[in-house]
Amino acid sequence: MTSTTPLLATEDVTVSYSGKEALHATSLSFERGSVTALIGPSGCGKSTFLRSLNLMNREIPGCRIGGSILYHGKDVNTRGVDTYQLRKQIGMVFQQPNPFRKSIRENIAFAPKRHGLSGKANIDALVEESLRAAALWDEVKDKLDQSAYALSGGQQQRLCIARTLAMHPDVVLMDEPCSALDPIATYSIEETIRDMAKRGICVVIVTHNMEQAARVSDKTAFFLLGDMVEFGPTPELFSRPKDKRLDDYLTGRFG
Amino acid sequence: MASEESRDGGISDVTKRLRAEDHVATGVLTAIVVAILVALVAVIGYILVSGAGKAFDLHFLTSKPESFKAGGGIGPELFNSFYLLVLTLLISLPISLGAAIFLTQYAPEGPVTNIAKTAIETLSSLPSIVVGLFGMLIFVLGAGWGFSIISGALALTMFNIPILVRVIQQALEAVPRDQRDAALALGLTRWEATVHVLVPAAMPAIVTGVILSAGRVFGEAAALIYTAGQSAPALDFTNLNLASPSCPWNIFRPAETLAVHIWKINSEGVVPDLAAVSAGTAAVLMICILLFNVLARIAGRAIERRLTAE
Repeated sequence: MTSTTPLLATEDVTVSYSGKEALHATSLSFERGSVTALIGPSGCGKSTFLRSLNLMNREIPGCRIGGSILYHGKDVNTRGVDTYQLRKQIGMVFQQPNPFRKSIRENIAFAPKRHGLSGKANIDALVEESLRAAALWDEVKDKLDQSAYALSGGQQQRLCIARTLAMHPDVVLMDEPCSALDPIATYSIEETIRDMAKRGICVVIVTHNMEQAARVSDKTAFFLLGDMVEFGPTPELFSRPKDKRLDDYLTGRFG
Repeated sequence: MASEESRDGGISDVTKRLRAEDHVATGVLTAIVVAILVALVAVIGYILVSGAGKAFDLHFLTSKPESFKAGGGIGPELFNSFYLLVLTLLISLPISLGAAIFLTQYAPEGPVTNIAKTAIETLSSLPSIVVGLFGMLIFVLGAGWGFSIISGALALTMFNIPILVRVIQQALEAVPRDQRDAALALGLTRWEATVHVLVPAAMPAIVTGVILSAGRVFGEAAALIYTAGQSAPALDFTNLNLASPSCPWNIFRPAETLAVHIWKINSEGVVPDLAAVSAGTAAVLMICILLFNVLARIAGRAIERRLTAE
């Protein structure tokens, strides 16, 4: 039974800012252990959609999310939802690396401690596990108590991924996580994304970079002007787009 | 031919004019800065030179003032200034921190918030003598506390809160938004994000601002003349009876500060060494404030370094 229920799905989700609809009714579903890429030109609503999945949009004054967001089959777009619990399970990585102004160790351990983790051994184990999962452990294991700002941009972004993984999330939302990084750092983050999917995490990634979408994702959704235009397995979508607009976008015929 | 010349021969008339303007502007701005520096150095130098003899004299710093004879000190005034400062910060810091956090993190955009912001801006430009007279009406007479440390500390609090709120507000607003987003995306509450992420990140600026505001409070006279009073009872540090006027910690005793002392001896003093006492007090006051400023920089930088490891 549970195998038929997608981990995360949206039904007619809309997002409006001060009454103006930025995202029209969008219905998508995301599976465990899969990577879904959201592509489209700037301002198409893909980031807006991503930020509604963990209800981060609610932090913006004047923003309203409509429709249903089904997580484990239950609608979370309700007044009574426990956003704190929800965001533990649906993590998010941002466009610009944004480590806390704390030590590398504290960047990982801070939120789990606030959520009740205690005991030095437990914390140390979690820090190591998370940093290993983000392929950062070997580079930072000797300087865990240094500030996160001593790291390079790529390392900072991997630290942010490690910080998210430390919550043991089901879903990780990534908002153009490589746009501020060089190709080598990008490559290493893409590896990490594939690793996360292998371990059963559902990854949803917004990207501007079509090659990146092709490299990391199993499925792709194309957004344009606030509409979700086409959704399907990535190879199919890129080789045989059904919608003329997607075809135009892929061939660079876009004005 | 002419245009050819101006291209490779270097300088056209327009360029020449612009360069001349640049030279003139640089000259004028330099002159202004030099004038300001000269004035500042002259004032500071004059105060230090004329007061140095007294300011580094331990007897002057510790003994009680004299009413009629020469040789009085500023011991109680020095203590009162620091005691009032500490009390003022103890009262005003939590209130200002709370107000600033509310205004930056919680307050919905709207008429109430705007009124609060305008009120704070207005209060911060209120003349301190007005604050002093208001304090006299409310605390000295209204509450019946008389000229006392508590009346003075509350008046200084009113004087200090607007400055602190603005400093802390700016410090919090300068923390990038992504820090808050990061905390919220990890399932933390707004309060947790504020207390554990934003305030620590803003700490260098907050500490610097608090110490600088302390300098202003420390040197304030007008707000205190009618609240903390102009008399300095001799203090006995062995006296722990909080109701006794000679107990240093008694908050209901009158307490003249350094700045008020300068004002008082110059307006009604009769001691023969008036000029020397006044100059010495001024030098002590100024050295303290200079130290505050240096401390503010060192503390701010030290915390910044700890946070960013740079």
